[in-house]
Parts: sequence; structure tokens; C-alpha cells
Amino acid sequence: MSQAKLTIESLSLSYSKGTSPALRDVTLGIEENSLMAFIGPSGCGKSTFLRCLNRMNDFVRGVEITGRVLLDGKDIYAPDVDVTSLRRRVGMVFQRPNPFPFSIRENVAYGPKLLGERDRGKLGEVVERSLRNSGLWEEVKDRLDAQASSLSGGQQQRLCIARAIAVEPEVLLMDEPTSALDPMATARIEELARELKKFYTVAIVTHNMQQAARVSDHTAFFLMGELVEHGPTTKIFTTPSDRRTEDYITGRFG
Amino acid sequence: MPERGEARRLSETAPRRIITVMAMSGVLVMAFILLFLLREGMPILKGASITELATGRLWYPVSAPPLFGMMPLIAGSLAVTLTSSALAIPFGVALALFLTEICPKRISGFFKITLEILGFLPSVVLGFIGMVVIAPFLQVRLELLSGLNLMNASMLLGVMILPTVATLSEESLHAVPQSQRDASYALGATRCETMFKVVLPGASRGIAQAAILGLMRALGETMVVLMASGGAALLPQSVFDPVRPLTSAIAAEMGETSVGSAHYHALFFMGCILLLFTLALNMLVIKIESRGEAD
Repeated sequence: MSQAKLTIESLSLSYSKGTSPALRDVTLGIEENSLMAFIGPSGCGKSTFLRCLNRMNDFVRGVEITGRVLLDGKDIYAPDVDVTSLRRRVGMVFQRPNPFPFSIRENVAYGPKLLGERDRGKLGEVVERSLRNSGLWEEVKDRLDAQASSLSGGQQQRLCIARAIAVEPEVLLMDEPTSALDPMATARIEELARELKKFYTVAIVTHNMQQAARVSDHTAFFLMGELVEHGPTTKIFTTPSDRRTEDYITGRFG
Repeated sequence: MPERGEARRLSETAPRRIITVMAMSGVLVMAFILLFLLREGMPILKGASITELATGRLWYPVSAPPLFGMMPLIAGSLAVTLTSSALAIPFGVALALFLTEICPKRISGFFKITLEILGFLPSVVLGFIGMVVIAPFLQVRLELLSGLNLMNASMLLGVMILPTVATLSEESLHAVPQSQRDASYALGATRCETMFKVVLPGASRGIAQAAILGLMRALGETMVVLMASGGAALLPQSVFDPVRPLTSAIAAEMGETSVGSAHYHALFFMGCILLLFTLALNMLVIKIESRGEAD
């Protein structure tokens, strides 16, 4: 087993004091250059869990998080951690495509520009490389200055992936990235996700079990804030050790 | 039963007709006002050309012969409008940013109510403050001949249009989807970077419209400028010179002139000029809107 890129140790989260926690004592390792899928019924905490990995839950008022999340062995919740540089290392793609109201080029260049890159030539290279790696280059290379909103939903989502990888993160989090897309666009994103794990450690939340089975190396099953079971995808989908996992993947609930 | 069918048809068509007539009345009133303004304003052109009126620098409507040079008045209107906007737009946009991006929700409610009250403030009350508070202050501190001047009126107008600019800007900042802010944060942007590089550009069209609506309000405002601008029909050389905008000239002089005189027609002609300015600004708003839809 290769080394864990991310190690999560007894992570618990509650949105406000006194309410039942949205995540309960989750312990999990995510291997480098692998693709892990988080599955479970809605409200099970899988998206909340994903957002803990780049500290996007920090914005939620009154949220309380305990436990540790180690990125390369270093706790990202340690007081001396710079959240903005953490988010550059751990990129994110959201449920609905959310391009900025700028041109295609400016969308991809946004992250590198934040990092202080001003050189037009270098920015051009980053834009091309990112769009190539997200499989969008051939479709947009002649209209990089067109508004991002002129793209189709699937193209917009690949643009968001290009934007996320333009800052060369180490981990890429994808929060139900295909839930707003049609089957063709979904297939492209899935293919892309498999491609991306060669360069990044990828974690993907999905409500679609077939998707998890198709793309992931490992699967983690969440239920009511609890990590029920995790392991190699083939094992989870063929011989799950927990009864609840079996019930879920065979469609008895969810 | 033919009678019942008839009655039903009537109960269907009558309300529709009544509503249509009522809706048309707004357009008709506008058309009548426009015609009235033109009818009363155009006769001045018998005695003087448009260029003479617009570029003449002397406004002595009651001298013999009367001089109707409107340039100082037009310049006065433009000067108060632009100065007040230059003061109010940065403050208004900053206030809007503060309300949407910085201050907690509980406090923003309080600010919004305050802003609303400021918007309802009768302009005569502001004019009063201009005369009694700001004018003596400017006069003493800056050793001016009079504290009633362009700066005084612009400051008050700025306060008047601030709620318009801030409220409308706030709406358009609010309309920027949270998901775009999240995307920015997820790329490692700070709050400030997100605010200036994503939210503000995303709302720029709405903010431009807010600014123009503010300009329109400033241009048309009468009471404040009448009370605080000093009323001298001179081309302003500095922001501390007294001015006489078109609106205050019309308000001050209309009561003193006899109906049908050249002066009377000149004042109506000035009304036409004001209308032309507001129409132009209105077109600009519509143009910005349609350009947004084309994207």
C-alpha cells in the first residue's frame, strides 16, 4: 500500500452547539495518486466531510470541528496553517459549474494571477496546459476570450476543473461534479477524473453508486455522519463487510 | 342561453379594457407633459438660436434687453451633478460592499434601515442643514465670501443620492452567486481578493446603473440646490464658487415671470434641456442592461 496523502483522524463536526454532529469520529486514509469516492444517501455527511479537507467549512458560523486532518503528515487545522496556501494545495470542483463571469482565459488564469503571475507568456502556457489536461482545449482554443457562460454545462464544469488545476494542487476534491450534467457530459468528466489521478490525489463525492464503481480505486460509505466502511472499490461493491453497506449498494435504501 | 353568454363575455372583456386604459394613462400623461414643455419652451427660439442660448454666458433675464445665456446654468447643473456623484458613488459602493461582504447580517439590517430613512429625508431638511450648519462652517474655515456654493450643495446632494447608489449597488453585489465566491476561496483567494476580483467585477453592470440613477436624481433635484448652491449664474471656476443650476433657476424665477414672456419661454426651454439630459442617462441605463443580456 502506497503512502497516504491525506490521513483523517477521528474527525467530528457539528454545525452548532447542542445539535447532533454532522460527522462522527471519522478515521480514513487517502492514498497518493488514487481516486477515492465517498458515497451515501443525501445528508449523510459526505459533502461536509469533503469540505473539511480544504477547510471550506470555516465559513460556516458556529461550526465546531475536532480531530485531525493530516496532509503529508501535517495537520491542516493546526493554528499556524495558512488557509489560503492550503487551498492552493487542495483544489476543489463544485456541484454546479460555477465559472466566474469572465472570459474562458481569465477563468483559468485567475488562480495563477492570485499567486502573482503577471507574465502573459507564462499565463498563456498555464491556460493552455490546464485546458488540455481538462480535455477542453480543442473545443475552446479559438475562442479563449469568449465569455465562460457561453459554454455548455459540461464544458463549464471542465473549465472549472481547468481552473482548479491551473494552480497545480496536490489534491483535487470534487463535490458531486456531474450532478447537474447530462449522461454524455458525465461520461467525459468521469474519464477525466480517471486521467487526473495520475497527477493528483482525487476525492470525489457522488450520489451515484455506478459512478463510484466506475471511476474509483477506493470507496468510503457514509451514513448519518458516520463512516460505515471503506476499502478497495471492488471489495465494497462485491463483498461489503457491513450489512448497512450491502443494503445501500443493493438499493434497499438511499 | 345567449344572454348569459353575452354577460360572461362582457365580464371578461370589460376589466381588460379598463386595465388597458388605466395603464395607457401613464404614457398619455408623459406625452402631454412632453408636448406641453416643447410648446412652452420652443417659442424662445424665435428670438435666439440654440447656439446663442447654449453658449451665451450672461443670464440677465430681466435686464433691458434681456439676456438668456444659459451656459452658466447648464454648467451649474453639470457641476453639482458631477461633484455630488464623485462624492457619493465611492461612498455608496463602499457602503454596499461593507453590507454584503464585510459586516455580519444582524448589523447590516440596521444599516439598511438607516439608509432607507436617509432616502426618505425631505430634501428641504437637508437644505436647511446646508444653510445653517455647512455654510457657516465652510465660510469660516475656508474664509470664503459665502458658504452657499457648489461644494455645499454637492455635499448635500451626495447625502441625498447615497441611499440610491448604495441600495442599488448592494442589490447587484448580492446577486453575485455565493458559488462564485466559494470558487474563489477554493483557489486560495482571501476575502479581499474575492471581493475586488470576483464580486465587484461581477456586479459592475448593476453598479454602473446605480451610479447613473444617482446622477439622474442629482440632476433633477431642486430644493437642495435652491437653498445651498448660492444661486449665482456664473461659470464656476472652483468647487467653492456659487452656482445656479437649471432646476433652481426654474424654481426661483418661474413665480416672478409673466406667462408668455420671453423669460417664461426660456425657463420652459431649460426644462426641455433637463429632460434631454435625463433621457440620455436613461438610454445609457437601458444600453447597459441590454449589453448584459447579450452576454
